[in-house]
Amino acid sequence: MASKKQSVKITPFEAVGVVAAQSIGEPGTQMTMRTFHYAGVAEHVPTGLPRLIEIVDAKKEPKKPIIDIYLKKSIAKSSSESEKVAKEISSLYVDDVAKVEDDLEKLYIAVTYNEKDGKAQGVTFAALKKALQDFSENQKVEGHQITIKLGKKKTKTGEKKMTAKAVRKMTQKVRQALVRGVQGIYKAVVLKGDGEYFIRAGGFNIVGACQHPSVDPARVYTNNIKEIEKNYGIEAARNAIVREIKDVMDMQKLFVDIRHIMLIADAMTYSGNIKSIGRHGLSGEKVGVLGRAAFEETIKHLINASAFSEEESLVGVTENIIVGQTVPVGTGRVKLVMKGQKK
Amino acid sequence: MKKKKKKPGAASIFLNGKMVGTHPDGKSLSVRLRERRRMNELSSQVNIYYNEKLNELHILTDKGRVRRPYIVVENGKSRLTPEILGRLKNKELNWHHLVKMGIIEFLDAQEEENAYVAIKEEELAPDHTHLEVHPANIFGVVAGVLPYPEHNSSPRITMACAMAKQSLGIYTTNFNNRYDTRGYVMYYPQEPLVQTSVYKSLNLREKAAGQNCIVALTSYQGYNMADAIVVNRSAIDRGLHRVAMFKTYETEERMYPGGQKDKIELPTPEVVGYRGEEAYRYLDDDGIIVPESEVKGKDVLVGKTSPPRFLEEISVFGAVEEKKRESSLSLKTGESGKVDSVLVTEGPSGNRLVKARIRSIKTPEIGDKLASRHGQKGVIGLNVPQEGMPFTKSGIVPDLIVNPHAIPSRMTAGHLLETLGGKAACLGGMIADSTAFSGDTEAQFKEVLTKNGFDEHGEEVLYDGLTGRKINAKIFMGNVYYQRLHHLVSNKMHVRSRGPVQLLTHQPTEGRAREGGLRFGEMERDCLIGYGASMLIKERLLEESDKTVQLICTECGSLATHDYARNREVCPVCQNESVEPVEMSYAFKLLLDEIKSLGIFPRVMLKRKG
Repeated sequence: MASKKQSVKITPFEAVGVVAAQSIGEPGTQMTMRTFHYAGVAEHVPTGLPRLIEIVDAKKEPKKPIIDIYLKKSIAKSSSESEKVAKEISSLYVDDVAKVEDDLEKLYIAVTYNEKDGKAQGVTFAALKKALQDFSENQKVEGHQITIKLGKKKTKTGEKKMTAKAVRKMTQKVRQALVRGVQGIYKAVVLKGDGEYFIRAGGFNIVGACQHPSVDPARVYTNNIKEIEKNYGIEAARNAIVREIKDVMDMQKLFVDIRHIMLIADAMTYSGNIKSIGRHGLSGEKVGVLGRAAFEETIKHLINASAFSEEESLVGVTENIIVGQTVPVGTGRVKLVMKGQKK
Repeated sequence: MKKKKKKPGAASIFLNGKMVGTHPDGKSLSVRLRERRRMNELSSQVNIYYNEKLNELHILTDKGRVRRPYIVVENGKSRLTPEILGRLKNKELNWHHLVKMGIIEFLDAQEEENAYVAIKEEELAPDHTHLEVHPANIFGVVAGVLPYPEHNSSPRITMACAMAKQSLGIYTTNFNNRYDTRGYVMYYPQEPLVQTSVYKSLNLREKAAGQNCIVALTSYQGYNMADAIVVNRSAIDRGLHRVAMFKTYETEERMYPGGQKDKIELPTPEVVGYRGEEAYRYLDDDGIIVPESEVKGKDVLVGKTSPPRFLEEISVFGAVEEKKRESSLSLKTGESGKVDSVLVTEGPSGNRLVKARIRSIKTPEIGDKLASRHGQKGVIGLNVPQEGMPFTKSGIVPDLIVNPHAIPSRMTAGHLLETLGGKAACLGGMIADSTAFSGDTEAQFKEVLTKNGFDEHGEEVLYDGLTGRKINAKIFMGNVYYQRLHHLVSNKMHVRSRGPVQLLTHQPTEGRAREGGLRFGEMERDCLIGYGASMLIKERLLEESDKTVQLICTECGSLATHDYARNREVCPVCQNESVEPVEMSYAFKLLLDEIKSLGIFPRVMLKRKG
């Protein structure tokens, strides 16, 4: 056991970063553009190279954010109950169940409940009314129509008459008012995995989703790494990066040792916040001027270095290659130290 | 102006893409127009296309439309009746008659949309409008000459087409009178034993590009692994795939501003840059090389002198001294051959122009590329003398040995069929027809083979040429048409241990023509970093590239110079004499210079190592 442990250790001065980069980069060249088909939102999620770039660039929001919502054990067993939760979480706007029209002369917004859409979505007229109650106190209900009168607008100095432009703005807001569900979560689909049902939806509002009583907050997962960092911290974000890269590789049936991926995730997160790999992140923070200048934006770095009288201490690999010295990795790092002679 | 309203349901008529009018019934108009064309009242080059969806009728008379012939079909009956066929055979009619009679018409890409084409006459149905002249007609000129394409996989056909264009043969029959910059002519080209009807119609036997080789499908000592081919050296000695390469060198007597002119002559030793008597040894009195002299390396082909580059080269005595420069035309390094012929003419700008055509014989050697017509390419892996090759009891020795592993994964059954067909053609004294969809069949070949006392599958009992023992397996052997492709190692081979460097960077030059080095690129560098081979990186990127020793001022860190006049090392910035030699890459020295040009002062601060 001990010898096994010894043999697994990395030798001192091994260029682990380069090896990790090559180990991910080489299979990356073999990635196919083939996409796999899934139900619901997961259908057009970028996989393969585009997704890999997305992760490594530390994008604020993935192109297609996805949230996996796991339910409390009691509910997760039942398909119909899960389906119900999915409906409750999936966001529904006024525009989906009603016709919204505005009158710019008389300054009012008319919302007409569409019974057919409403019934299909399971939204009653009362629910619609409730969703609209925050907009104005001056509301009139006539059959299936709600008229929101917008005579005056409250300002700090008193009341002011609404302009037509403000009404238009308000109309947009009315259309986008949430009737039901969690803001930012859409197209929820119930999937089965590992003997239980879970919900896969578009969006990434973790906090909102966790507020639903049937959701198990410990198991909510999203592919938005920044959101994970915000809500669960940097360690969780690191694990998310590892998991996401691994998923991409697995999906293409490419096998990369997990430790290479972990090294990259570590490099991206060790400072406490997520840094991208590239000129705005990791490479932009190299110590050596020459190293940075050799990567991208050569002139910018040289000029800044001169303005602040920077010193190049030649610690990096590229810097030493430029100057024409041995590189401080592998054999180049090893020094022979002689014991002082005894007298 | 008010636009005339189109009647509902009326078709728009377009002439070459421009709308010219309307017609109540576009479809019937298109039918009638075509009838006119078939009656030769309209030019046969006019095409009519009716788009039912958009209700548009397009009449096309543009230039540049690609058109191809079809047999016209009426009510499920071909217009090319047996009676007309008979008259064709009697030479009463020819192709042009058929076009005029409306039996054959040319469709372009657009009119093709309205056609329903039957590929074979047997499958004609009442709603067919046209019939292919021949099923093989779907292939173009290049694919048309490939044997048995219907037995091969499509990627291999594509590759075979690409390679057929690289084959060496007789590219033109007047090659002797031409001065092409580069041209190859095969010594003994043969027409293929297995050929298509297209091959005959194109009269390619005049310009054959390959030879019929006896091919055995087996392994040979591992020298034909991974698409290598073992070749019978005795066959090569007898002229198999032997090719002459012609290369033309040319030079011109150019005019310079100021009335000066180059002169084609035998340079005298006074000329600046005289290359020594040796270099000019083949030149005639006029400075032009004698035909049939054997040249190689940097030998001069045409001696030429140019006026001095700068006019101010005036001697102290006042008289303008005619110091001419040497600017002879010489053979490129590494090339050799005989001077085939020399041409003296006038160039496009009226200057005297000399062309010299060099001929060199390129016998097949290890590394040259050969290919059959089925996308089965390979390079020669070994030359074996005839006595080392396997042989049959009757003494037949293959010219080529191809590895059987080349066949199954590529699915080129046509190659095998050609092997069989070639063998049958040899024995039967005929030329086998391999036209797509209608060529001679395997059964026919088998019959010929059995009739001649051969195994019907084309297999032979072979004896190992090295041991003389019988090989314990029957080996498929037959005749295949092989092409030699113009990727010859002798034109590509390149090595460098030392050589020229670039003036600016002091790094090795690039490319074979400049005797250059091979780039040790970024990815290669990354690999060495990943391996931790620090010293090797330094060797590749510094020692073997652009290492220099520069003097650095220990005081201010700028580049110092050696003052030869006073024999001291001094820093030009601070006049300091405490200067140290530092080993660095010349590229880094350039970088420092460039940074200085940006207005930034880089300092190199020195520290003792260790």
